[in-house]
This record gives sequence, C-alpha cells and structure tokens, in this order.
Amino acid sequence: MRTRRLVTILLLCLLVSGCTGDGGGSADGRITLRFQSLAWQEESVAANRELVKEWNATHPDVEVEYVQGSWDSVHDQLLTSFEGGEAPDIIHDASDDLADFAYGGYLADLRELLPERLKADIPRHSWETTTFGDGIYGVPFLQEPRVLIANAKWLRESGVRIPTPEDPWTWEEFREVAEELSGDGKYGVAWPLKEPVSATLNLSLSTGGQLFHRDEDGKVEVRFEAADAVVPKTVHDEVNTDESASSTTLGMGGSDTLPGFFGGRYAMVPLGFSYRQQIVQQAPEGFDWQVLPAPAGADGLTQGVSPQTLSVAEDSPHKKEAAEFIDFLLRPENMVRLALGDWMLPTGTEALKDPALRTTEYDWATGTALAAHLRSAPAQSVRGYPEWKDKVATPAFQEYYSGAIDLAELGERLEKDGNLVLARYQR
Amino acid sequence: MRTGRAARTGQYVALLAYLVFLAFPFLWLLSTAFKPARELGSLHPTWIPEDPTLANFRQAFDEQPLLDAALNSLVAALGAAVVAVLIATPMAYVMARHRTTLSRMATGWVVVSQAFPFVLVIIPLFLVLKNLRLINSVPGLVMVYVVWALPFALWMLVGYVRAVPAELEEAAAVDGAGKLRTLVSVTAPLLAPGIVATALFAFITAWNEFFFALVLLKSPEKQTLPVVLTHFIGAEGVADLGPLAAAAFLATLPSLVVFAVIQKRITGGMLAGAVKS
Repeated sequence: MRTRRLVTILLLCLLVSGCTGDGGGSADGRITLRFQSLAWQEESVAANRELVKEWNATHPDVEVEYVQGSWDSVHDQLLTSFEGGEAPDIIHDASDDLADFAYGGYLADLRELLPERLKADIPRHSWETTTFGDGIYGVPFLQEPRVLIANAKWLRESGVRIPTPEDPWTWEEFREVAEELSGDGKYGVAWPLKEPVSATLNLSLSTGGQLFHRDEDGKVEVRFEAADAVVPKTVHDEVNTDESASSTTLGMGGSDTLPGFFGGRYAMVPLGFSYRQQIVQQAPEGFDWQVLPAPAGADGLTQGVSPQTLSVAEDSPHKKEAAEFIDFLLRPENMVRLALGDWMLPTGTEALKDPALRTTEYDWATGTALAAHLRSAPAQSVRGYPEWKDKVATPAFQEYYSGAIDLAELGERLEKDGNLVLARYQR
Repeated sequence: MRTGRAARTGQYVALLAYLVFLAFPFLWLLSTAFKPARELGSLHPTWIPEDPTLANFRQAFDEQPLLDAALNSLVAALGAAVVAVLIATPMAYVMARHRTTLSRMATGWVVVSQAFPFVLVIIPLFLVLKNLRLINSVPGLVMVYVVWALPFALWMLVGYVRAVPAELEEAAAVDGAGKLRTLVSVTAPLLAPGIVATALFAFITAWNEFFFALVLLKSPEKQTLPVVLTHFIGAEGVADLGPLAAAAFLATLPSLVVFAVIQKRITGGMLAGAVKS
C-alpha cells in the first residue's frame, strides 16, 4: 500500500511539475510568505501563531501566512508540493527527513542566507544534523534527549542511587537497578520499542556505537561492533534474562506505556523529554515522577537526536525574506517560547541560558543539562537508511529483543543484509 | 423444531457479536471524547467516563477550524455524490438495457478498470486538473472523487437497472407512454433505491478520503476534515488523544446520520419496487 502510494506521488510529481504559484508577490509590492508549521500541541500552536502575528505587525511589507501541516503526512505532502511548484516558502520538518529533499535540490542552501548571529548561536554539532554535502539545508531549533521518566516514590523507597547528569548510571548499573526494582509482577523498566531502530542507535552513541562507518570515498558500511552491542544487549537481557523489563511494551509506542507507568506497573520508562507534557496532563493526582538522564557509556551521556528544523524552499522567490523570518522566529527569547510550547530543548546557546528552561519544575534543568551531549543521529545522512531501517533493522531488532534470535545473528543480519541494501544507493 | 430454534438463537448471538464488534470502535471513540486527560492515562479504562467533560470538544474547536473543514468535506462529498450519480445513471441504463457488443465491452472495461493501479486513472485526471487550474480547489477535488467513485457506481447501478424487469417498460410503451415518460414515471422510481445507495457510497468514500485532499489542497482554509484531523497527531505518532477523539467523533456523525436517514428509504424503495413489479 505504501509503495503504491509513493509510486502515485512520484507520478503525480512528474505530472504537476511546472504548475507554479504566483510567486507570493502582490501588485503593491507586498510579499506573502507561507510558513508551514508542524506545531500540534495547544501551547506550541499558540506560540507559533503569536510569533507570526508579531512578525506581521512589525513587517508590513512581508506578510507571513501560517499554514498548519502534520507530522503524520509531512514527507509525502512536501514531496508533491515541491514537484508541483506549490511548496511553502518556510518549511518546518525534522532533520532526519531532510536528506532526500536536500540532495533532490528542493531546499535552499542557507549558508549565505542566515545572519552570523544565528549561525554562531547554534553549536556546530547541531548544524551537522542539517548539513548534507557542502550545504546547510535547515536550521535545527528544537531537540529532545531520550530520558528515563521514573516513579520518584518507588525509586526513593527502593534506596537505589538516584542518577544526575553529573553522575549518571552506567548501562551496567542501570541493568542492576532495573532488576532491583522489579518483582511481584512489577517491572523496573518498560521499553517502548515499537520503533526500535532510532532509539537503539541514538542511545548507542553513549557507548561509542557507530554502526555506520564512512570511508574516505564517502561510502558507508554497516559494521556491528562491540560498542554497538551494549545497549541492545542490555535491553535484551532485561527482557529475557533478568525479567526486569516488560516484554509486552516492546511493541508499544511511548504513550501506550503511560497507563502502566501511572498504574505502578513500571518504575521507569525511557521516553523523549517532551513526554513530560503528557505526563503532566494525564498522571493521577499526587503521582510523583521525575526525569533521570539516560545511562552513560564509554562516551558519557552522548546520544543522537534529529532536531526539528526550519528550511527555505529552493523555489521560493523570496529566500532572503524567508531567512529573515526564520532569524526572527529563532531569536533567543522566541526560541524559548517555542521550546516551552513544545516541552523540548532549544538548540540555541543563548536560549538555553533562559531561567525558564533551568527551573527544577518538571525537571527542565535535567534536560537542559543534557543538551550539550546531543549529537547528530548516526544514520540520518546515510542514503538508503530508511529502507535499511524498514526492511532489515526493524525486524532484526524486534526479533532480538523478543528473544527469537541471538546477538550474533542480529549483527550478521544488520551487516550482511544491511550492506546489500546500502550498496544499491552507493553505486 | 428444536434444531430450528437453536439455529435461530445461534444466528442472533452471532449477529449480536458482529454488531458489538462493529460498534466497538465507535463507542470507544465516543467514550474517549468525553474523558478528561487523567482518565485517558488510566491503566483500567472505563466505558463510561467517570468525570465526563466537554473540554476535548472545546479544545478541538479552539485549535483547529473544524467547522470550515467540515463544510469543505460536505461540499466535496455532496458534489462527488451528485455528479457521480448524474453521470453513472444514464450510462448504467444504456449499458444494462442495450446489450450490444459495445455495451458489453464497456461493462467489461469498467470491471477491468477496477483492477488497474489507481495511478492509471489519476494521471489523465491530473493533466486535466492542471490545465483547468483546478489544483488547490474544491471543485478539482470533486472531480477526483467522481472519477474515483464512477466505475464502482456504474457497476452498482447496472445491477440495479437489470433488476428492474424490462417487461414493465414494454408494458408502459404498449400503454402509449413515450421513452422519456417511461423512464421518468416507471423506471426512475424503481431505480431510486439503487441511486440512493450509489450516492451514499460516493458520499462516504469522498467524506473519508485523505490522501488526495492532502496533496491537492494547499490552502489551510480549503482543507477537509480528514486532513485537519491529522493536525492532532504529533511526531512519532504521539496524539492529543482527547481532542482527536472529539473531532473524529464529530467527523463520523454526518456519515452516520446520512446513512441512517437514507437506509430507510433504500428499504422502502425496494419494497415499493417489489409491489409494482
């Protein structure tokens, strides 16, 4: 079904190419820019709309029109929009969705368009998430680490050491704690691994796992080495050996595990930092929870992320104005508003200093302390990664985590089958 | 006799089970729409909300232009239903009544076209839309929906036309009625249930359609309900469940109402046809 849909899209693209818009200009010289936002939470939509309103109030010659997009369909929708000449001028997306658009020539290279202030404000390792080839095709502005959301009362009563960003658990210690917290039909941890690949790969950066190795010619090879095995083995052993992790949550999404977490079935759930909003909304009265850093490995607290991004369409006739709007939207004070609306962390170093993001309320401070450890997700710039993920890695990890195959077979499948897939993209 | 009663009881039980199975998603949606956020996160969810609230509906309307989207969906779905029926009815009559080689080939073509990949239908359609500058317009979307619904609508209506005995038309002709009078006074009333059923099919198909509305309609004010519903879903499939359920519940209501109203007429029309023949 998905293949058929994609074929449809591609054919549509060919057909509608050349059907261009009016250029976003009007007879009186006023420019209209379309900004497609993927904000979806109430506070986040409000923050975006307010900022657009503020821009329009102070920029009579350049009006920004807010267009609501959807995370669920953004890739297909953008693909058809680009080919049909109907793309929004300013595009909100995630960095791991940009590679195909960037290599396809749909996005403007922002290197000459962005002001020095913004370039300098965002750290180099964040820019790496949107750098493809020689160009920069998006501004990374919001990101979130994967953290452990824990039942604070349960943890306190157990007497285990509570980790902090300065003194996190090691993966080995985490496994021991999970085992200590489990028993009587309760589990120390619930891994929601409906999408096991990105979670595993991103967390494996902490142990030095790379999996994707690029040679001097730029070719990528999958190698499953000892450092890549630490995180998967921990999860596998927690589920299948220690029984400290619930096997039923392996097929769940993050939200699906929350009722069990609130109901006292799991002591900890590894989730994205922004899940705090759902927890605040849905947790029973008096439920005591806290955010803990994910375990650290040989490379400390490092983990991979795919930040939310703002890009400019290559076909936009008003790239300069679009970049100016992005600069306005991402001024430190505005970046803070966007971050608070989405319950995520800003990439900007100035915004990260804001007291609102360093408060202990809802453990903002714990997340902020992790920001410096976030790196580009290991595979997001690898062409062929989506196919490798869907056809090879997802079933392999699922089978390994459920105990159907062993670590050797997991490694063999990721490497052998994976390299066959990648080879087709690198001929 | 006992066996008959047992079999009948079994049939009723099976029917009830089937009804429960069909109704479950809708009832759960209804229940979810009225639950406050804290109940949505409960490990032991209840059918009846313990503390029912309209907050989800309020939030859904505050955040998204649901009424405008519903209106767009209604226009697109009604337009598709009316146009599909207007085109399909005379075509179906000709194909059913005049069984020439050409009409047989046309019927065969309609059946075969259902097996084609959809891209073969949509390609010429997009060329037409592009030339007519109907991309990003509800009339363009209606055109897509009509083309989408037409083969099946035609197929349905051919069956209905064939079910009307030709002898009735012959009798009307013997009584002196002209072709048009026969069609209007004799055939059309008997075809009414089929036309209504076909229109209903086209309406519901268009009302629920997502992908073409997403691709074709760029302006926010033109988006249809299925597209707007996705705005309650965030990255990695995380959903704002309460408002999403409230909006989805409202989105299913028109289909249910239309179906409930028309279903009686379908039944009534069928009975009327039976008496006349």
